[in-house]
Amino acid sequence: MKKLASLFSSSRTFQSVLILLIVLCTSTSLYLMDKSVTSFLLLLFSFLLLYYTTFSNWIKWGAGALIAFAVIPVAASGGPSQQVYMEVAVMAGIYIAMALGLNIVVGFAGLLDLGFVAFFALGAYVYGIFASPQAQALFHNSSIFPLGGESFWLFIIVGALVAALFGIILGVPVLRVKGDYLAIVTLGFGEIIRIVFNNLDKPINITNGALGISGIPQPKLFGFTFTQASHIYFLVLIVLGFVIYAVRRFEDSKLGRSWKAIREDEIASQAMGIPLVKTKLWAFALGASFSGMMGVLFAAKNQFVDPTSFTLLESITILVMVILGGMGSVPGVILGAAIISILNLQILTEITLFLTQNLHVPEVFSPAKMQRLLFGLVLVGIAIFRPQGLIPAKNKTYKIADLKAKLSKKNTKTKETTTSI
Amino acid sequence: MQEILSTLPQVLLDGLTLGAIYAVVALGYTMVYGILELINFAHGEIFMAGAFIGTALLFTFVDIGLALNWLTLILVLLLASLLTGVLGVGIERIAYRPLRKAPKLIPLISAVGISFILQDLVRFIAEYKTGNYIVTGQTVFENKIAIPAFSIGGYDVHASAIKSNTLVVIGIAVLIMIVLDIFVNRTKWGIAMRAVAQDRDTAALMGINVNKVIALTFFIGSAIGGATGVLYAQQYATINPFIGFILGLKAFTAAVLGGIGNIRGAMFGGLLIGLLEVFAAANLGILTGGALGAEYKDVFAFIILILVLIFKPAGLFGQAVKEKV
Repeated sequence: MKKLASLFSSSRTFQSVLILLIVLCTSTSLYLMDKSVTSFLLLLFSFLLLYYTTFSNWIKWGAGALIAFAVIPVAASGGPSQQVYMEVAVMAGIYIAMALGLNIVVGFAGLLDLGFVAFFALGAYVYGIFASPQAQALFHNSSIFPLGGESFWLFIIVGALVAALFGIILGVPVLRVKGDYLAIVTLGFGEIIRIVFNNLDKPINITNGALGISGIPQPKLFGFTFTQASHIYFLVLIVLGFVIYAVRRFEDSKLGRSWKAIREDEIASQAMGIPLVKTKLWAFALGASFSGMMGVLFAAKNQFVDPTSFTLLESITILVMVILGGMGSVPGVILGAAIISILNLQILTEITLFLTQNLHVPEVFSPAKMQRLLFGLVLVGIAIFRPQGLIPAKNKTYKIADLKAKLSKKNTKTKETTTSI
Repeated sequence: MQEILSTLPQVLLDGLTLGAIYAVVALGYTMVYGILELINFAHGEIFMAGAFIGTALLFTFVDIGLALNWLTLILVLLLASLLTGVLGVGIERIAYRPLRKAPKLIPLISAVGISFILQDLVRFIAEYKTGNYIVTGQTVFENKIAIPAFSIGGYDVHASAIKSNTLVVIGIAVLIMIVLDIFVNRTKWGIAMRAVAQDRDTAALMGINVNKVIALTFFIGSAIGGATGVLYAQQYATINPFIGFILGLKAFTAAVLGGIGNIRGAMFGGLLIGLLEVFAAANLGILTGGALGAEYKDVFAFIILILVLIFKPAGLFGQAVKEKV
């Protein structure tokens, strides 16, 4: 095993052959077989292998994009039942993006947010209310509403802004006091948002209460409607790509470094001149905005929102993704989110089906019901045995010589410009 | 006004009962926070576990033919609090003690994990044994005491009724609070506890066994939490594995309201929140002209929490603590 690992890390030919082989085998078997969870999972596993190869980042990203944009959709187009895989991939993408948003709050800034799904709900409901016939009922047959599927693109931004706004409204009072309270306040906020959405059908019917909003239009672009999960899949990929890019950029920015400084030591970073509340608020608002954005996508995909999708369990699920993958580590969080969402959506239900149908195990023992136990064990286990997660966060290292060279280059440049003037 | 006043006695009685329950659960939060600076998310679940243990014990007693009277109730209370106390100590030993030196976020995550594990374990056991995770238990005191209608200053006050169990709940809760207060303020162990809460390292230098004191704190907090769970199951009859979560949130709010770490403050905060919540549930519809109803009662505790954090983060009776560097 060790020999294999060393071979993998030393030889690039071996790496590329192995990945090519895996991708080829799994995608053909996925295409030909009617239902094969294993090959689907192995195909996704190739992303992880790709991450550990020693190729340059450009090649890694290019190959990853090729697999995500071309190989997976083609391989999953084999039969009608395989839309299920696309469905799973879409949900996994949404969860990955949300986990990356939560990673900003929990991983980078070190603030525990236990009600993250509230922002997801806000995004989903904003699009749900204004784009569906619900808006017509709300504004009494106004001619503008409902906005329809073309407005989806606008609402991706609106959803992000609304979520960020609520993040700030919630954050301003709470972030001023000590950090521990944040956990419990966000926990309450998540619950309150759900209660409010559940009951906001009177006095004015805004959210249609527990019945939820149906008839939410699917995204439309130049007359083309994204109806199938395989259409939405590309949409999710693009948004996810944007989110990953944004998070990577934030991480190495001045703001990102301030977040990490606050996480390590609040008082010391304050002494270094970092504005505590402002920096924390940025983390809170940005994390929330990613969640709100994905909420809009979620509403458009399901064409239906109701309060039961936004429970505490969802918030904890996203938290588990971040903790399992590794707080503050972008590749780790992506891995954690992929593992947990696929486990949740596919593996647990498959095992449950197998157990109850083939082995006639009573329903009480079905693992699909034991999500809470599973997540609890993951949280406690990671906290005690591996707090850095599956793929620990790596801080960007700066070589002092490089920095100095850069600085002197800059200085000479400015000198030149000043002398020329 | 007439409507609000006419139901006031009932509201006050119910609010006092609920408040007493919040107060005792809040004690557990405040004690652990005072000594470890950790929000013990699992405390709400320990309360819930107490409710289930008590219900299970009562079922067993009925099965073996014991009569249900005050003696059995006391026995159940003692057994349940012993078990939940041990549970609390076990949780501290397994999930918190190894993390005492870790960054602050890590024990919080562990606490959330423990709380989820407990919820699901209890759900599993309840579902396995009874087929449904919502359980309706045995009630020991079922008779009701009626308070007749009367009129005061021209206002008619409706008749109200209390379960005799209400008196038991309030009585035992008050007893727990008084005993705990004496214990913390007057005994040697209580002094040790306060010393550890103030400064763990110095306390250790003074010859206090810090680990033992922390374990004791968890034992007492969890034991009284579990006992309250039994009382809750007696009062409201129907329990499910998820009662601990929102109740824990409110009890924590009570602890913050009273000044976290302050035991008397937690008692007061609990009573206040219980009263406010029942008052809101009964009268919100009347006050807002039917726009908002009792379904928003859970929102109240949360709004109070936010308001306290904005205007008086140290709580009503707490002292603002300077952070040690």
